[in-house]
Amino acid sequence: MNINATLIGQLIAFAIFVAFCMKYVWPPIMQALEERKKKIADGLAAAERGRHEQELAEKRAQQVIHEAKDQASEIVSQAQRRGNEIVDEAKGTARTEGERILSSARAEIEQEANRARDELRAQVATVALAGAGKILSREIDDKAHTDLLDELVSQI
Amino acid sequence: MAEELTTSGYIKHHLQNLTFGQKHEEIEPGVWAPTGDYGFAMSSGEAAQMGFWSINVDTMFMSILLGGLMMWFFRSVAKKVSAGVPTGTQNFAEWIMEFIDDTVRGSFSGGKNTLVAPMALTIFVWVFLMNLMDLIPVDVIPLAVAHGASAIFGVDPHDVFFKIVPTTDPNATLGMALFVFLLMLYYSFKVKGVGGFVGELTLQPFGKWALPINLVLETVTLIAKPFSLALRLFGNMYAGEMVFILIATMYGAGLVLGSFAGLLQVGWAIFHILIITLQAFIFMVLTTVYMDMAHQEHH
Repeated sequence: MNINATLIGQLIAFAIFVAFCMKYVWPPIMQALEERKKKIADGLAAAERGRHEQELAEKRAQQVIHEAKDQASEIVSQAQRRGNEIVDEAKGTARTEGERILSSARAEIEQEANRARDELRAQVATVALAGAGKILSREIDDKAHTDLLDELVSQI
Repeated sequence: MAEELTTSGYIKHHLQNLTFGQKHEEIEPGVWAPTGDYGFAMSSGEAAQMGFWSINVDTMFMSILLGGLMMWFFRSVAKKVSAGVPTGTQNFAEWIMEFIDDTVRGSFSGGKNTLVAPMALTIFVWVFLMNLMDLIPVDVIPLAVAHGASAIFGVDPHDVFFKIVPTTDPNATLGMALFVFLLMLYYSFKVKGVGGFVGELTLQPFGKWALPINLVLETVTLIAKPFSLALRLFGNMYAGEMVFILIATMYGAGLVLGSFAGLLQVGWAIFHILIITLQAFIFMVLTTVYMDMAHQEHH
């Protein structure tokens, strides 16, 4: 337990170990630790960013879905409107067509009736004349009475 | 020169370092004369006669072995260190270094200094390893060395001393404390300048009119730092080792006391783990604090 040169030896050994540690041990390991710290921080930041982006995308998707729904309902209502229009148009066309057919039928009927009436009128005159002629064969002047009867027929 | 195996002889034998220096001979009781050649001291008396220019080979060997082991371990980790997922040994080294780094950050505020943290790591692990040698049963290594030496060199095993705990040698702790002291002086001069440092030593605590008193007080404070640092570690480890040696002497005192000694040794060893770690930690923290003080400007 004497103080001797071991003191100096220990001092030098200690200094060498400190220098070695300072030069070859501490910096590389601490650098790795720092690097890892940075990596982890970057990773966390990226995760945060990813989460944020996902949120945004979800929001955007919601918006798109909403728009699509709106559009779809608009299209459906438009189609319905268009359908109603077509039905209405068809109804209108049908009605006018019907009316036209009806009126033409009526006109035809009228024509037929007129023609029949004319024929009838002509025949009536002839028949009446024949009848009258037969009844009044002698005393009646054909010519004068035909005029009279024609006038009568035209009044029917 | 084999002493008779007595309790006090056993204890003395265990407390003697393996000292290499100029051989001395005891001509008559109490009077020593140098023989002229160099070798290992054969007794504590001869070791004392060797004076300052002798060296405790066991202390140097064990401390350099342990320091080299530590540096080898950390260097091997540093060589293949990666910022990715750490492996087992890297994890372990990183755990220690983060602990040291946190502690240094907590007590050192001297700005960017690339020396303090690695020094704290060296101190903590090295001192811890040196202290740890205390847990090896006191007789194992000394007996192995003594018998090995007697087998190889043909010396009497009783004349071979070997202390395996370097921190129980005041030379080891004082050597480290002196290095710390030199660094304290270096940083004091570097940071505060010569004037600042001299002013710190002379102008406080009582102002410039009590300059001599200030100088005495501050010098004592300054000198006390390395000595308290060295003696605290040495005292604790020396006392702990002494208890181990005393427990070991009980093994010769019969079966009952012998088994009781075994129990005591286990108990003391478990308790000593605390002291070993604590003293290494204290040495490291105080060194860091002293470095911090050397960096601090007093106003």
